[in-house]
Amino acid sequence: MDGFCRHCFADAPDGAARCPACGSPRLIRHSELHTLSIAHIDCDAFYASIEKRDNPELEGKPVIVGGGRRGVVSAACYVARTYGIHSAMPMFKALKACPHAIVIRPEGRKYSTEGKRIREMMQDVTPLVQPVSIDEAFLDLTGTHRLHGGSPALTLARLQKRIHQEVGVTVSIGLSHNKFLAKTASDLDKPHGFAIIGKAETLDFLADKPVGFVFGVGPSFAKKLERDGYRTLADIRRAGDKELAARYGESGLRLARLSRGEDTRAVNPERERKGVSSETTFNEDLSDLAALEDRLWPLCVKLADRAKVDNIAGQVVTLKLKRADHRIITRRRTLTAPTQLADALFRVGRELLKGEATGPRYRLIGIGISELGLSTGDAGDLFDDGALKRAAAERASDAARLKFGGDAVVKGRVLRSQNKP
Amino acid sequence: MKLTIDRAALIRTLGHVQNVVERRNTIPILGNVLLSAEDGALKFAATDLDLEITETVSADIESGGSATAPAHTLYEIVRKLPEGAEVEISMTSGDPRLQIKAGRSQFSLPSLSPSDFPVLSAEGLSHDFKVEASELARLIDKTRFAISTEETRYYLNGIHLHAMEAEGASLLRAVATDGHRLALSETAMPDGASGMPAVIVPRKTVQEVRRLVDDADDEVEVSVSESKIRFQIGGATLTSKLIDGSFPDYERVIPRENDKRMTIENKVFANAVDRVATISVEKSRSIKLSLAEDTLTLAVNNPESGQATEELMVTYGFDAIDIGFNARYLLDVAGQIEGDTVDILFQDSASPALVKDSADEHALYVLMPLRV
Repeated sequence: MDGFCRHCFADAPDGAARCPACGSPRLIRHSELHTLSIAHIDCDAFYASIEKRDNPELEGKPVIVGGGRRGVVSAACYVARTYGIHSAMPMFKALKACPHAIVIRPEGRKYSTEGKRIREMMQDVTPLVQPVSIDEAFLDLTGTHRLHGGSPALTLARLQKRIHQEVGVTVSIGLSHNKFLAKTASDLDKPHGFAIIGKAETLDFLADKPVGFVFGVGPSFAKKLERDGYRTLADIRRAGDKELAARYGESGLRLARLSRGEDTRAVNPERERKGVSSETTFNEDLSDLAALEDRLWPLCVKLADRAKVDNIAGQVVTLKLKRADHRIITRRRTLTAPTQLADALFRVGRELLKGEATGPRYRLIGIGISELGLSTGDAGDLFDDGALKRAAAERASDAARLKFGGDAVVKGRVLRSQNKP
Repeated sequence: MKLTIDRAALIRTLGHVQNVVERRNTIPILGNVLLSAEDGALKFAATDLDLEITETVSADIESGGSATAPAHTLYEIVRKLPEGAEVEISMTSGDPRLQIKAGRSQFSLPSLSPSDFPVLSAEGLSHDFKVEASELARLIDKTRFAISTEETRYYLNGIHLHAMEAEGASLLRAVATDGHRLALSETAMPDGASGMPAVIVPRKTVQEVRRLVDDADDEVEVSVSESKIRFQIGGATLTSKLIDGSFPDYERVIPRENDKRMTIENKVFANAVDRVATISVEKSRSIKLSLAEDTLTLAVNNPESGQATEELMVTYGFDAIDIGFNARYLLDVAGQIEGDTVDILFQDSASPALVKDSADEHALYVLMPLRV
């Protein structure tokens, strides 16, 4: 069986427990080792790993990266995870499980800089890198064998080592014959793992997995499937394409294919972004329109800043609110022309907010744009003489901020909300 | 109820009424069409509570009565029947289903009680007038592309139809705008329209009227009040609620002072805009117009998809201007120009431009520039 050492990349002979060349136990063996080429790379506890890298005193301690008393866990290190803490967990729950955990406020810019470095290293081995998020991506290494003088598996192992040495964080790699299985594999051997799902073992591997194992099958669809007698992917496979398509339409057919490990989606580096959004959780629930507006404005500025950097504009504006009871409300509005201006976002957002700020208490507010396109300039409005003037003012203020720093020009509204907790 | 009707008459009428029925309905009866058979005629009715259509066709009635059936299903069935088929429609007491027979095909559809079918009251229509079908089509065609879809300014979601006096002439005028462009078209005031309330006809109603006008060749009777409008087109009657809001003072935004006139052959202009805009595949396609003496240069520069320019001969003798527009808006307007040439009047690169049709002095368009 083919195998090599993930430390020194020497061949690993069958049966050896350690590398005969360097003595490392990190050997990888698989009968399809050198033929598979679709990979998923996931950074291990990314934010927390970076914090630990930057502060050696955190070594061996439970570290949580997340925001405020009301926030959620953005990342938990592997020590913290032993206490049952996981990302997206409410902070108060996490601290109940592990009161001595060290909580660090996330520093977005630092993570995105490191994320970009890692992405560039990925792009050094193949142009086909499809980012899923800041710390996760799919890679297609098909046809890179001669370029890198080694199979995709070997190239990936080298990349993994390079990221560890140069960035100082570990990543886990899943290697398989399509995206679904590569993503599944990267989760099997965390942290600093390298897992392979070959073609030959695909069906057996999936057979006993519950239907909810497939991405896109949420709790309610899973429940429906179970009610109809489909508990595992083997059950799905037995039912057949026709039956599933008849029962659940398109999503049934998709599930049937995935249950056999079939996924024809290509690794697409140009995958279109569907939307951009920005949101914030309050320290105290808010119900007052003016107070909510004060929170909405900085989000609009933040969102507009991102849109301007990427030169995109959105035609649909969505306001998101989370009630005190965690129920999420979204309200959307389609504009006549796409926008990337904070002023325009705020005007629409405020209109939408007015309809909802009628008493209920909210814990979160967010605003997003979708139906994205390249920005094509600011549209004037025949019935709003100020529209172009305000657009010009915002562009001028952007230019000043670029020259003199982030806070060089702010709207009076910002100063008001800054004085509040 | 039992009757026979030929497929051609049935499909034509159902084709008219089923458009009014929304695809998704929370109130089941609104998904149905009401059929009432009486005195040698079959009357169809459909509604979405804001817009109601009724149409009567002659049919061979064996026994009168009424029934309802899912409109879209019924239409699909009739559409798939062979041409020239005789269709028998019947409903017997005791059976809640509507029976449809044609040749060897037989269908039975669930029917909801006709007594639950809502009727839009059309009382108090104060003004009646007649307008040529072709003239109504013209008013609609030259304005409807500018109707807004933005929910915030709901009062722009229709055509503003109103009577007015201009330079001693009495006119019936249609205006639509979405804030980025405005389209205006007018016709001589029909008898009876003088003094009618200024109204906003919703987009869906406009579309349905336009569809029906295609099948009509004579006059359309219009009745209107503050809150409703009714169109009688051929055998069909369309009654609609109006948008309850006030249309903005559009006269204020028509730039009458623009003096930098560019004249160009409309087809040449439209084709060139269309060609150059191929480069910008985005939703809002901005195109730059650079005017110099007797030359117009169209340019699109898209960082992702490339760039395109085209130089055109025009008649222009003023200062050079660079001005950006949404290419789609230019094409929409060009598509409605009847004359060989189009006049575009500018003021400066940040002010709205006025577009005039050399062959129709009763139409004009205003375009807001994009700041690029």
